[in-house]
Amino acid sequence: MSEKELGKKLDRCLADSAVKLGAGLGLGIVFSVVFFKRHTWPVAFGLGMGLGMAYTNCQNDLRYNLYVPEQDSLSLFR
Amino acid sequence: MLRVCLKGANSAARKCLCGNGVPLHPLQQCRSYTSGGSGSSAGKIVAASVLTVGGGVGGTILYANWDPKFRANVEKSIPYSDQVFGLALGPAAPPPVINKPRKVEPVQISSMSEMWKDSKQPKAKEVEKKAEQPDAEGPPAPAPQETLEEASAQVAQILSAIGEVPSVPAPGTHEAEAVPPPAALKGVPAAAAKCTECEHEPAVKERPEGEVAARLAEQDKAEQDLLTSLSSNLEDALGSTAKVTLQAIGAQEAALQAIAQHTRQLREAMEAEAPPDKKSTQWRVLEDALSERSRSVDEAGAAVLKAKAELDKLRGVIDGAKHLKIAAARPSILAAEENLHSMVVDLDSVVTRVQTAQSEAKIVSQYSELVNEAKAQFQKELNSITPEIQANWKGLTGKLTQDDLNSLIAHAHRRIDQMNRELAEQRVREQIHIDSALEQQKLEDKKALEVAVSTALEHNREQMRLEQEKKVEETREVMEAEMRTQLRRQAAAHTDHLRDVLKVQEQELRSEAEEILNSSLMEKETEYRRLTQDQLDSFTLDMNAAYARLKGMEEAIDSHVIAEEEARKAHQLWLSVEALNYTLKTAALNDPTEPLEGAVQAIKESCAEDEFAQALATALPSESLSRGVYSEASLRARFYAIRQLARRVALIDETRNSLYQYFLSYLQAMLLFEKAQEAPPAKLSAEDLDTFKLLSYAAYSLEHGDLELAAKLVNQLKGESRRVAQDWLKEARLTLETKQVVSLLSAYANAVGLGTTMAP
Repeated sequence: MSEKELGKKLDRCLADSAVKLGAGLGLGIVFSVVFFKRHTWPVAFGLGMGLGMAYTNCQNDLRYNLYVPEQDSLSLFR
Repeated sequence: MLRVCLKGANSAARKCLCGNGVPLHPLQQCRSYTSGGSGSSAGKIVAASVLTVGGGVGGTILYANWDPKFRANVEKSIPYSDQVFGLALGPAAPPPVINKPRKVEPVQISSMSEMWKDSKQPKAKEVEKKAEQPDAEGPPAPAPQETLEEASAQVAQILSAIGEVPSVPAPGTHEAEAVPPPAALKGVPAAAAKCTECEHEPAVKERPEGEVAARLAEQDKAEQDLLTSLSSNLEDALGSTAKVTLQAIGAQEAALQAIAQHTRQLREAMEAEAPPDKKSTQWRVLEDALSERSRSVDEAGAAVLKAKAELDKLRGVIDGAKHLKIAAARPSILAAEENLHSMVVDLDSVVTRVQTAQSEAKIVSQYSELVNEAKAQFQKELNSITPEIQANWKGLTGKLTQDDLNSLIAHAHRRIDQMNRELAEQRVREQIHIDSALEQQKLEDKKALEVAVSTALEHNREQMRLEQEKKVEETREVMEAEMRTQLRRQAAAHTDHLRDVLKVQEQELRSEAEEILNSSLMEKETEYRRLTQDQLDSFTLDMNAAYARLKGMEEAIDSHVIAEEEARKAHQLWLSVEALNYTLKTAALNDPTEPLEGAVQAIKESCAEDEFAQALATALPSESLSRGVYSEASLRARFYAIRQLARRVALIDETRNSLYQYFLSYLQAMLLFEKAQEAPPAKLSAEDLDTFKLLSYAAYSLEHGDLELAAKLVNQLKGESRRVAQDWLKEARLTLETKQVVSLLSAYANAVGLGTTMAP
């Protein structure tokens, strides 16, 4: 169903952004704790990086419909 | 992207235009400048061209007015020029066509006239015949004369048609010519020739041969009558004249005789010395003779007068006969003339004889008178001397005395002397007397000679004339004979020609008759054949009709069977289509129907021969067969979700698809309110292609059951909205297709069923 695709994309987007944000947060925290003496800026930096990556991924996902769901990749060559 | 490009191009174009500095206008201005600048020269050129064209056209019209051939040429080559010419000049005069025949005719006529001139002799016959009948000629004469040219033309045609047979030309048209009418022929050749001539005068009213023959007969009869009357007249006249002349001649002869006798007797009386009594008888006889002579002379004179009168009458009759100009009477006329001439000659000779005799007698009588006178004188003297002596002194010899005797003797002597003297005188005067007498005689002789010469000349002239006439007659006879032979020849040629023509005609008629016979025979045969054929046909028709009826009944039965079969098949088809329809209805709310394959298979089986149904059955989309289709209700329900989604991604397309745009599009969807359902217009304009409008139109159509229109409208979505609605559209398409095919099938089944039920 083509109408469900957008929802799926958005779901992916959200999931991805959650993951990226979490990963960014985590890494930020880690870096802040480990390398940067518990400053907050690596956390913000990590969060930002995560958000950015999530945003870009989301955008790319929404923009480029290269992802061919539920189809055999070889079907394009048939 | 395209719009941007277009806009860019437009702007660029506009820039270019502005950059060039009003490029369009200068062209127009140039055009106007050029037209304004060279306006006068153009006007001049236009005027010159108009003048040339007008001059050309006017010249053409004028020349066409003068020369009709040129006009005909122009009319032939240039279309509609004849109308122009008709307007300008009036209709063209029709060209003279009849020239050659006219030219041919005069030539022929001239040749004809030449022929006529050459053939005067043969031609003159009918002319002769006609000319001889002045009373019968009245009516035909003017008509033939009037139709001279017609007759000539007709005759020319006939001549050319007939060929080399020298036909006798049309008659009765040359009376005006001074043709000496030759002697006419009579009898059969004349009639035959006349008839042939009659054939050649169709222009002059063609008188039938019978009429012509009748006329001929009439003419002949009239001629005969006239001739007989004339000859009778002549004969009568001749007879009477001859009689009278003979009488006159007889009288003259008698007179001659009488005169001769008288003179003889007188001489005798003078010379003879007879006794007195005999003398008295002699004198008496003489007197008788004299009286006889005078009587006979008178008679002769009267007879001569009568004869002359008769001769004049005869001459008059002859002249009259000559005037009548009947050629047949010529010989008789000639004979009469000859007779007349001979009679005249005889009469004249007799008259001359009588005259000579009379002159002789006059001499003798003069002599006798002289003698008598002398005697009388002597007697008187004697009486004077001897008065008592009587006349008849011869018987008185005894009574005379001496003195008387002496005186007588003396007287006698005296008388003798006187006589001697007179004699001498007479002898002297003899010569003179003789001369005078000779002169007188010469004069008389001359007169007589003149008279004789004149009469002889007259007679000779008459003789010559008669001889000439005889010769003319002879030559005429010869010519007539020649003409007769020529005519005979002509008649022979004509008969030959007639024979040939008749032969040809016979052939033609025979062939015609044969043809007619054959054609009638064929007709009868065809008629018979037709009748037999009709009979056969009717019989065959009946047989065929019976057979056809039988066949019809068989066929009706067969067709009934077939119809039943058809009906069964249609029913089957209908049933299977109904089954298909039913399967369509099995769609649950969100699930598709059962796969239609089974029903379609059933249909395919039920209508194995029906191509249309087969085609339709195969036209169903494969997915409907395998998977089934969604119902309209499910599609409708699904549509609302799609609508919501489509609204949310309304702004997203290939160019605008960042996340920010997504957010904006979401915002728009939240803030923008449109009618839930809007009736779509008949025609979509550009502004109707807005997503929200389209969706409201589609919703409206869906609510009203028009899935097709809704699908069409949804098909107009662009960008992400379209992608979102793609699946729905596909499903809708499938459903629509299937529904269409199924409806077709059911309609077809219904039609077939209807057809079968309507069948006999």
